[in-house]
Amino acid sequence: MSDTLNKMLGGRQGAIGLAILAVFIMIVLPLGLDPFRIGLIGKYLTYAFVAVSLVLLWGNGGILSLGQGIFFGLGGYGMAMFLKLEASDPVSTAIQSTPGIPDFMDWNQLTSLPWFWEPFKSLPLTILAILVIPAFFAYLIGFAMFKRRVGGVYFAIITQAIALILSILIVGQQGYTGGVNGITDLKTMLGWDIRTDSAKYVLYYVNAGLLIACILLSRYVLSSKFGMLLLAMRDKEERVRFSGYDVSNFKIFIFCLAAMISAIGGAMFTLQVGFMSPTFIGIVPSIEMVIFAAVGGRMSLIGAVYGTLLVNFGKTMFSETYPELWLFLMGGLFIAVVMFFPNGIAGVYEKYAKKVPFLRKLSEESPTPKTAQVAAVTAVEIKEAGVKA
Amino acid sequence: MFDYSMAEIGNIVVMQAFSGLSLFSVLLLMALGLAVIFGQMGVINMAHGEFMAIGAYTTVFLSKVAETYGIVNYYFLFAIVIAFIIAFIIGYLVEFALIRHLYKRPLDTLLATWGLSLVMQQIFRSTFGAKEVSAVLPEWLMGSFQPTPDIDIPINGVFVLGLALVVTVGVYLFMFRSRWGLRVRATVQNRVMAGAVGINTKKVDRVTFALGCGIAGVAGAAFTTIASTGPTTGSLYIVDSFMVVVFGGAASIMGTIASAFGIAQAQSILQFFMTSSMGKVATLMVIVGILMMRPEGLFASKVRK
Repeated sequence: MSDTLNKMLGGRQGAIGLAILAVFIMIVLPLGLDPFRIGLIGKYLTYAFVAVSLVLLWGNGGILSLGQGIFFGLGGYGMAMFLKLEASDPVSTAIQSTPGIPDFMDWNQLTSLPWFWEPFKSLPLTILAILVIPAFFAYLIGFAMFKRRVGGVYFAIITQAIALILSILIVGQQGYTGGVNGITDLKTMLGWDIRTDSAKYVLYYVNAGLLIACILLSRYVLSSKFGMLLLAMRDKEERVRFSGYDVSNFKIFIFCLAAMISAIGGAMFTLQVGFMSPTFIGIVPSIEMVIFAAVGGRMSLIGAVYGTLLVNFGKTMFSETYPELWLFLMGGLFIAVVMFFPNGIAGVYEKYAKKVPFLRKLSEESPTPKTAQVAAVTAVEIKEAGVKA
Repeated sequence: MFDYSMAEIGNIVVMQAFSGLSLFSVLLLMALGLAVIFGQMGVINMAHGEFMAIGAYTTVFLSKVAETYGIVNYYFLFAIVIAFIIAFIIGYLVEFALIRHLYKRPLDTLLATWGLSLVMQQIFRSTFGAKEVSAVLPEWLMGSFQPTPDIDIPINGVFVLGLALVVTVGVYLFMFRSRWGLRVRATVQNRVMAGAVGINTKKVDRVTFALGCGIAGVAGAAFTTIASTGPTTGSLYIVDSFMVVVFGGAASIMGTIASAFGIAQAQSILQFFMTSSMGKVATLMVIVGILMMRPEGLFASKVRK
């Protein structure tokens, strides 16, 4: 058991990095910011789930999915459907021509609830659907592609096409999905109002807790034998195959796990932001989420969280004041990270931490230097400077 | 659908098929450039759509110039050449500054060129404005011709189709009948050996990439005859063009033509009978489905990596 715990924490160094992250997002940020900003951070942290999933999939597995928005969206829509049904009880929708169905269905002349909405009347089934449907969908895609040894850029292009298909489909099927507006006007969850400030704080902490749990789970997976195989596959796939491993099954597994983690993020997004729309599914959000992971460091689970926060802070700050500048910056970020900082913040930290005596001591004590995970310290400083500014 | 007589359905099919041919021409021109870059070099250029936009904006700009000098009837052929040259030069520079550092990391090339496409879109927006602009077309490109009273075929569509076919033949001749094409193919097949027999493989890479971008520029010039151009025009076609290339089989010109034709016709005809978005969804789903069964595409035999 203690071995499992140790694996999850990633040794002393990993535990410190994780502790700093936990303190930062659970204590420092909530104390330092007003409820509105906390709402924003909460939203960013839901993207961090996707960034973490991409660290598993892309950084460690070498599989670049440009369609993680699919799973984020499936999770988000699952939760949104449940909340929408609760908000559309016959009493409050009495003015509709068919009371008891979501308002957008009524506007689109639907007279009864479509069959695939039925399970979302129950919360346990909804939660099950949020976890299982994206993973199953990922299984189908992964099975079809990895078994035929399709990988690399082909996988990236096809996942991108699937993200496009799903977003057009949702926009096109307005009566069943709410169309381009998405599913809006979400009010309560089992009678509990999710729009109040106190509810926002509760959801923020649930979200942060789930994120840390997902990082622990990912660490456990990566530090197991499977994690080693994943790295080996990324670097020399043929060799792993010739050693007698079924490479495709490992890839399918990691793709499903990544999908599930992204879906949790999507569900938490809906709860905190109060709506879900196809703009979070298509090509652009899916590829932006890759840059979150890339900025944080594609190999670093904790770096991914900081990367997400940093890029989104930048986006909010710049697009409020200089909207034109933001696209240049975002584009430049893609190019710069790829060309000059392939390991992101975590990589930069790793390079310079050795020059600071205190930090060097920290990283030398760990037998397997996974310095990336201590990126925490520098990133915290960057972040705090950013918040003050 | 049952309110139409047979003759009317016939006419609709002919006209939809023709509008499919216009889409086919643009997709083919886009995909040819991509097929050269991706098929020969294995580089994913997500900014390809923006190179098309460069060609389109060049044409629009030249049409404004031509209008002030009153030579609207003659400028268009020059515009195609200049669009090619400008896109070629920018492609050459991009290869030099960016792509050549990333040949060993195809996934990273994808991200870097995506970043490039964002920057280019913003440059278009700052320079030409966020609104869509359109070129002033010469008179001989306007109007339509009517083989029967109910069928209406726009001349610009015919022109674009002709242009696409000419460029296709040009690419074929370049790749398979010229010394340059020989060098490109030799480099693709075995880079080290090609270098050993005296081919400057780095130069070959640069010219191949620039050529692909130049063809995208021609696609842009052609595009201005059938639609107006905005900063994000290029990004609307990028996924479709990638699908064309992957579906056709990356290194095959025949495959690219066949799949561009199939995808454009399917979209165009389905969009009439279903809604526009569902037509697109259905087409893309069929392609993705087929690619899952046959990942190497229609016209290639090797398994993709």
